[in-house]
Amino acid sequence: MPKLKVDGIEVEVPQGATVLQACEAAGKEIPRFCYHERLSIAGNCRMCLVEVKPGPPKPQASCALPAADNQEVFTTTPMVKNAREGVMEFLLINHPLDCPICDQGGECDLQDQSVAYGKGHSRYTENKRAVTEKYMGPIVKTIMTRCIQCTRCVRFAEEVAGVEEIGAIYRGEDMQITSYLEQAVTSELSGNVVDLCPVGALTSKPYAYEARPWELKKTLTIDVMDAVGTNIRLDSRGRQVLRCVPRINEDVNEEWAHDKTRHHVDGLVRRRLDRPYVRRDGKLAPVSWDEAFAVIKAKVDAAGSNVAAVAGDLVDCETMYAAKALLAKLGSTKLEGRQTGMDYDVSSLGAVNFNTTIAGVERADAILLVGTNLRWEAPLINTRIRKAIKKGAKVYGIGPETELTYKVEWLGSELSLLGGLPEAVAKAFTDAKAPMVIVGGGALKGGHGAALGFARQFNLVRTLEDGTAWNGFNVVHMAASRMGGLMLGYAQKGGIADVANAGVTFFLGADEVDFTRFGGFKVYVGHHGDMGAHHADVILPGSTYAEKSGTWVNTEGRVQRGERAVFAPGDAREDWTIFRALSEVLGHTLPFDSLSGLREAMAAEVPALRNIGQLAGYEWNPPALDGAGQGTLAGYPIKDFYLTNAICRASPTMQRCSAELVHGETFAEAAE
Amino acid sequence: MLADKDRIFTNVYGFQPWNLQAALKRGDWDNTKALMAIGQDAIIDVIKASGLRGRGGAGFPTGTKWSFMPKEPKPDRPNFLVINADESEPGSCKDREIIRHDPHKLIEGALIAGFAMRARAAYIYIRGEYIREAETLFAAVAEAYDAGLIGKNACGSGYDFDVFVHRGAGAYICGEETAMLESLEGKKGQPRLKPPFPAGAGLYGCPTTVNNVESIAVAPTILRRGADWFSSFGRENNKGTKLFQISGHVNKPCVVEDAMGITFRELIETHCGGIRGGWDNLLAVIPGGSSVPLVPAKDIIDAPMDFDGLKAVGSGLGTAAVIVMDKSTDIVRAISRISYFYKHESCGQCTPCREGTGWMWRVMERLRTGDADISEIDTLQQVTKQVEGHTICALGDAAAWPIQGLIRHFRPEIERRIIERNGGSLAPMQEAAE
Repeated sequence: MPKLKVDGIEVEVPQGATVLQACEAAGKEIPRFCYHERLSIAGNCRMCLVEVKPGPPKPQASCALPAADNQEVFTTTPMVKNAREGVMEFLLINHPLDCPICDQGGECDLQDQSVAYGKGHSRYTENKRAVTEKYMGPIVKTIMTRCIQCTRCVRFAEEVAGVEEIGAIYRGEDMQITSYLEQAVTSELSGNVVDLCPVGALTSKPYAYEARPWELKKTLTIDVMDAVGTNIRLDSRGRQVLRCVPRINEDVNEEWAHDKTRHHVDGLVRRRLDRPYVRRDGKLAPVSWDEAFAVIKAKVDAAGSNVAAVAGDLVDCETMYAAKALLAKLGSTKLEGRQTGMDYDVSSLGAVNFNTTIAGVERADAILLVGTNLRWEAPLINTRIRKAIKKGAKVYGIGPETELTYKVEWLGSELSLLGGLPEAVAKAFTDAKAPMVIVGGGALKGGHGAALGFARQFNLVRTLEDGTAWNGFNVVHMAASRMGGLMLGYAQKGGIADVANAGVTFFLGADEVDFTRFGGFKVYVGHHGDMGAHHADVILPGSTYAEKSGTWVNTEGRVQRGERAVFAPGDAREDWTIFRALSEVLGHTLPFDSLSGLREAMAAEVPALRNIGQLAGYEWNPPALDGAGQGTLAGYPIKDFYLTNAICRASPTMQRCSAELVHGETFAEAAE
Repeated sequence: MLADKDRIFTNVYGFQPWNLQAALKRGDWDNTKALMAIGQDAIIDVIKASGLRGRGGAGFPTGTKWSFMPKEPKPDRPNFLVINADESEPGSCKDREIIRHDPHKLIEGALIAGFAMRARAAYIYIRGEYIREAETLFAAVAEAYDAGLIGKNACGSGYDFDVFVHRGAGAYICGEETAMLESLEGKKGQPRLKPPFPAGAGLYGCPTTVNNVESIAVAPTILRRGADWFSSFGRENNKGTKLFQISGHVNKPCVVEDAMGITFRELIETHCGGIRGGWDNLLAVIPGGSSVPLVPAKDIIDAPMDFDGLKAVGSGLGTAAVIVMDKSTDIVRAISRISYFYKHESCGQCTPCREGTGWMWRVMERLRTGDADISEIDTLQQVTKQVEGHTICALGDAAAWPIQGLIRHFRPEIERRIIERNGGSLAPMQEAAE
């Protein structure tokens, strides 16, 4: 624990900390461009120079200098001031003065730091450098003349995303950042380089020229594109969400978000259901809310208690609870959320949860992936595995071989392997200190019991050497609503087959169901004109996650709450209010008439949903299932990462990503 | 003048063949086993006692550098010796002479130095443009392997030592020690941040020492003839003999070995046949390769040519590549050309050098023709100060120093050009109308 002085303030920092971190600990701001907490140290921008004694009589790059005992660091001396002004001047001489047309304006590190640490005028009268544009794919727009060669994007691509497709070519003042052969960067995390870029060289292509940061209302909420529950901020202007950026949450997404999270937002305003519809003579006709409710009432009265609710992948707990409460009043518990027909055992939620926790993955030293393409099912868990590998973890996989950005020893596709691993692999898990298994949605059918058997065999639930508890059994879900739905009872023993015979079925934004199995009356409560709306007899327009305050439980059982960013279009309503209003029409008025009232009632039933930000804390009490793995994994559940739900299917950006990155289409860029 | 018997590089002019047979006659590989038998620490002690300072330019004591290497390397993290033969500094041409005429001195030195620092292997990184020299070096290494001098049980000493020759691709920056390691690893040649220093984590993360060709090549002779012999030449703190490379406006440009501390006048008179047009025609000298500041005639003539002697006149010994310029030289153009070189060779990694070298060169080009304002001289001086000392490696310093030397000594010449271009005299001061 070195003790040093920063501008006379004594600080003590952890072993291995840098002088820059020590300065921050002392409350001193150190300007920087290339340094980033989550990337390796490059030390090339030279903005963080400070004076250090003892040391050579010149300023030192604080980001790369280890803090040591008895150092004296000065951040305000003339030497430091001159150094910063000098570096700032150099950075600006070849930087174009196009701030008025630059999308980074208002949130630009270069702007901010030149105001704070620059000279305020330029002495450079030569011609400025211009750099040709590079193509980096449908997400990242490049204006490389603005690049200050900090190489954050290069390091991110290599270290976090795991695709070595961005690099620097040429040298000296001709150095340019480019993608490999100027092709699209084939990473589902590519959008993060936009946030990392301290200047306007890499900006968001779909968001180009949309808005200025100071015009935007910022709303904190939770992403629903997958079951990780990425903490996000929605930036909206008026009634439209214009962009989505990640927030920092060390336990969940660190500070990353994948491209679907970032760029589905243009789907929020397309193909929207903005008024109720009723199917008459085979065609959907717009009606008023009262008419729609009247039609439903007639059908529900006829069906009696034979009503069901099927939850989609994106819905919040409040919606599910409201529907559940209404069904309870009608005398039904036919609730199901596993749209694709899965029927795994949910008698103990611990057995279908990501127990290690997302952050805990980094501590694992032997990892078995069973039927999961994490790169598409949970990209931000995939980055955690990359971190674990950096610390020495070994990864094995059961399933068809796929590129996960790291080395995986593929064992085969038979689920029976779980019970009979090759000797060397079994030894690796026997010797491992923190072994874990990750079971994907594709392997739960036929492999759930075998995976639990694997957990027993290798003692995945244990106390680690440092005394902390460890549960290495993990199931990774793909739907944001899944764990919340399971907690609220949205699971039947036989899966969707058990509810298909209902007289009336409410589909809560469920678009991926096999609708042909449902012979009864179909009420779709959702927001997009997708598969659910096509098959519905009545459509009640609801809200997307961005238009309501809701609670979601991610795949590790973390209860998170998001706030409303904008209002739903037209006559669309927040989903829970639809059920509240319908309940009155049906004569079974629900006992809450406010969101807080609903939440109280919900928490009374499922207390864990009260603990926002916390893990639900399921008991580890795995059911006794058939231990033999059955079947062969032919593929992975997600066929197209960019088009997994109704919102992103409506998004032009996601469609373009799918066409270009998944299906290999090429797009001609317009000459400018 | 150094007596012939005291010369280390006895074939620097190439009068004899370079091959092993000839090298043996010159005394190379003479009972190398015995030299190694005194032990690793003893070898380092001898080198320390000899006062040998690194011949690559920085002048760091070689023995001390060797002693930084781990004494007990781990099997999975062996020590490495990297020999810097990427001689790209304008004016320098000594390593080239060593490699093409006396390669076995280098290879024997590699073995001894590598043994002393417990290295598993030596990598000789040779400049890409040295095509014939690389051919010679490859052949010489093959000869040494065939004769059992290196490889398994090198020279019968029981020590296993490999020598690999790696050809560069023509980037000046790869002569910087950490950029050289990057390049050897197959990456883009860009200097690394220090710390960690190569002795802690160098090539492939293993402890590594990077030495200049000349520093390594003199080691066997120092061991044979003793530290006392070597330190009998030169002045305190600047011991030994050194290859000087004199180019430019002398009657007989040459590469010659002489004692450190020889005065400039003696060096030129003895070996180069004097300055072209006589001593009165001498304008300035760049005494250590393009990256050190120039020294005007009056200061250099009687200066001792060693690290401290040249430091005293505001310059440095560098690689002892002496560039002599007489009064026919367009001194501003000369320095401008050097500025272009550094702009061209900057790796582009860190800001001050990437942006500063281009700026400095562009201003220099205008100063060359006088198309500038007097105040720009001061701006240029400040820009050089903004680059110097603010970069990851020393290339920034090397780009700044020549310009600083020019402004320090030839400011009147620069001002003259500006004034002449602007019509013969300073623009008359304009009084504001009130």
